[in-house]
Amino acid sequence: MRPDTHDKGRLAVTVLVSVGRHPLTGRGRRADQDARGVELARALADAEVELLHAGRLDAGSEAALRGYLGMGFEALSLLEQPAGADVLPALAEALEAAGPQLVIAGEQAEQGEGSGLLPYLLAERLGWPLVSGLAAVEGVSQGVATLLQALPRGQRRRLKVRLPAIVTVDVAAPAPRQSAYGPARRGRLDVQAAPVVPDDDLARWQAQPARKRPKRLKIVKAASARDRFKAAAAKAEGGGGQVLTDITPEQGAEAIFKLLKEEGVLR
Amino acid sequence: MLDILLPILIFAALALAVIGAGRRVRLWRQGRPAQVPLLKGLAAMPRRYLVDLHHVVARDKVMSNTHVATAGGFVAAAVLMILVHGLGLAEGVLGWLLLAASATMFVGSLFVARRRRHPPTRLSRGPWMRLPKSLMAFSLSVFAITLPAVGLLPEDFGSWILALALSAVLVWGLGEMVFGMTWGGPMKHAFAGALHLAFHRRPERFGGGRSTGLKALDLDDSEATLGVETPADFTWNQLLGFDACVQCGRCEAVCPAFAAGQPLNPKKLIQDMVVGMAGGSDAAYAGSPYPGKPVGEHQGTPHGPIVAREGKALVDAETLWSCTTCRACVEECPMMIEHVDAIVDMRRFLTLEHGNTPNKGAEVLDNLIATDNPGGFDPGARMHWAADLALPLMADLQQVDVLLWLGDGAYDMRNQRTLRSLVKVLRAADVDFAVLGNEERDSGDVARRLGDEATFQSLAKRNIATLAKYRFQHIVTCDPHSFHVLGNEYGELGGHYRVYHHSTYIAELYEAGRLAFRPWKGGSVTYHDPCYLGRYNGEFEAPRNVLRALGIEVAEMARSGFRSRCCGGGGGAPITDIPGERRIPDMRMNDVRETGAELVAVGCPQCTAMLEGVVDSGAEIRDIAELVADALVEVPGGRGKAQARPARPLAEEVV
Repeated sequence: MRPDTHDKGRLAVTVLVSVGRHPLTGRGRRADQDARGVELARALADAEVELLHAGRLDAGSEAALRGYLGMGFEALSLLEQPAGADVLPALAEALEAAGPQLVIAGEQAEQGEGSGLLPYLLAERLGWPLVSGLAAVEGVSQGVATLLQALPRGQRRRLKVRLPAIVTVDVAAPAPRQSAYGPARRGRLDVQAAPVVPDDDLARWQAQPARKRPKRLKIVKAASARDRFKAAAAKAEGGGGQVLTDITPEQGAEAIFKLLKEEGVLR
Repeated sequence: MLDILLPILIFAALALAVIGAGRRVRLWRQGRPAQVPLLKGLAAMPRRYLVDLHHVVARDKVMSNTHVATAGGFVAAAVLMILVHGLGLAEGVLGWLLLAASATMFVGSLFVARRRRHPPTRLSRGPWMRLPKSLMAFSLSVFAITLPAVGLLPEDFGSWILALALSAVLVWGLGEMVFGMTWGGPMKHAFAGALHLAFHRRPERFGGGRSTGLKALDLDDSEATLGVETPADFTWNQLLGFDACVQCGRCEAVCPAFAAGQPLNPKKLIQDMVVGMAGGSDAAYAGSPYPGKPVGEHQGTPHGPIVAREGKALVDAETLWSCTTCRACVEECPMMIEHVDAIVDMRRFLTLEHGNTPNKGAEVLDNLIATDNPGGFDPGARMHWAADLALPLMADLQQVDVLLWLGDGAYDMRNQRTLRSLVKVLRAADVDFAVLGNEERDSGDVARRLGDEATFQSLAKRNIATLAKYRFQHIVTCDPHSFHVLGNEYGELGGHYRVYHHSTYIAELYEAGRLAFRPWKGGSVTYHDPCYLGRYNGEFEAPRNVLRALGIEVAEMARSGFRSRCCGGGGGAPITDIPGERRIPDMRMNDVRETGAELVAVGCPQCTAMLEGVVDSGAEIRDIAELVADALVEVPGGRGKAQARPARPLAEEVV
């Protein structure tokens, strides 16, 4: 990361990329959401895009990381981190040093902890705003980005966010371009020194394979074709729920806490 | 006066031709190096020309006789002319021979002229339309100037005006036939063609051989550009091959993509490569364009891109992706140009360097990388179709006679019916066979034809490593694509196998008396030759023998055997799915309708899928294995063997 090399007027974008895992075979690959993040960055006019990965470099992860290089990059910065390290400090320091205007990340990793919390922790630590579920970056002018956020059922919300900011993408973002073998093979993996902080919490946790969670059944009692269509198009959801608006963060947290208690998640 | 003028003219034309040849050779040498035995090739050239090339030309008898008369007459006349008029050796028989040669050439040129009166659309016009006149100018003027030399006319016959006029006609003839041979023009095909035959990239094709497997791309050099980006990225003998094209358009006439109105014309593609090699625009091209793409909008340079990332260059990407790699053009080309090699070379660049495989291409390649099958199915589900068949696994047996290669059709519900039939047939004949089961991967056929050589080689090497663990006599498969790849393309990577298509194997089993069939009671049947079985591997007879054994008399389609029309399913064409005006399988089913057949026998999962996808076709599509399985009866008097192995019933209902 060379902060002084940023061109004036060009938008400095860093995409956080991780090593994905194919759901059927478990083989390493470009993580789908991260690749969509890269695609989003590629589509930005006049942007200087950097790829950043924090993790181990071995045969398996190298092939996956080169998948991102195959989308048309000469280099990828790699902060080497051993297994069981907390990558947050390393990423935060690298981002602070490089000073990008926009950081793009996938919503959730395909392997490892996969909690989806990293972008939030990063935003908290850097003190930057975070926008999730991005569908498009519509434009950037004078330090303010116009973003299009994807909401359920195809709805979109336009947001203006002061940069620097972190945005995360999920499947609503454009599909990634094909990764080409030649550029992937020729691209460089720039290994950079980074602080290694062991993840003490993780070390204390006990991991076990996840069980499939039961799905709420959708009961269709349709009398007409129109009803059947509506039922088919609707998402399964609980009948309850409420929308809270204009409340303080404390009240919001209280409401979430109460719900988690009710659902038996917290005891 | 002619005594002085003729040697000057002849040697001037020859000198200019030599200079032109040097320039032409420089153009070809822009290409990448290729290992070619130069002297051996030159020595073999006359035979390749007179036997192998003539074999292809002779499919059109009139044209082949015309060419023999014209070309033979010209070569003889040119050599004799140098001796007689250039060196003044008119005495004796030479002059008479020259008269005969030029007369023969003149007769040939009359036929060329007749053909050019109403040329079929596949022929290029432009400079080619003046060729018969040039041939006549040369043959007539040589004939005329030779008459005094042999004493048929007095030396001083006519006036100097006549001599001058004759010389002018001769200059025209020499200009086209000698100067034009190396400087461009229709006669370029003779010079480039002769050398192309000598330095052909597939010398195995001569002398009745067959060489159809794609050549491996060297992936070891990590800095090299992969595939062909610019005309200069072809090997020099490929460039030479393009230059040999006579624009006869036989390729165009048989190309399924061209007939379907997709933007591909093999002849135009080769001409575009010639344009790119020399630099310029395609505006001078005088044949049928790529359907839907007007001539004159594309241009290129030897070191400029063939396909532009954006906008237009020499060729548009969809032209390259329209090809089904059916090889009909290569089979038909009298110059033995390798169109498919060139197309795949350019596709390799688009996929491996640009990452621009159209439509579902990228998804299929990602699936192949992640799951070893193009559909992205669970590799552990490969044998689900045979859950009730208790198929023996190679991992358990280690050694068998026949390894049954299933192919990716194992995931396709239609092809599973074929596979179950094939298993039934093999069991009825008591064949000692086993399958790889979940150890099998895609053969790499689709990846390779889509230009992804890296994924092909990865799949191939892992398959070869798997096969190396076991011992078997041969491989049998019902998929001609796997058949071709395993048999012809794994060899270069170290895997050498004897591979049988199931039709060949069933034919052998029947010959050996291990199968018996009840007589055919159905309606009329036609047979569709799969490209990868027929043209690629020369197997035209075995499927017909099987059908004959079943008691079926095949009502052949107009285009069958080596001229069979593609189903549209090869080369990843259904994946890249370039739009045209018609669908290739629809045209093929129209061919079927013309025979009046109620059933089409096929031998390929791709063909089955493509032809069955035709709506309102009126004919049923059945694989040969299905027809055989339905007709199985017990072999009369062949029970002894079955009793020796009671654990496995001879025939059981599996379909």
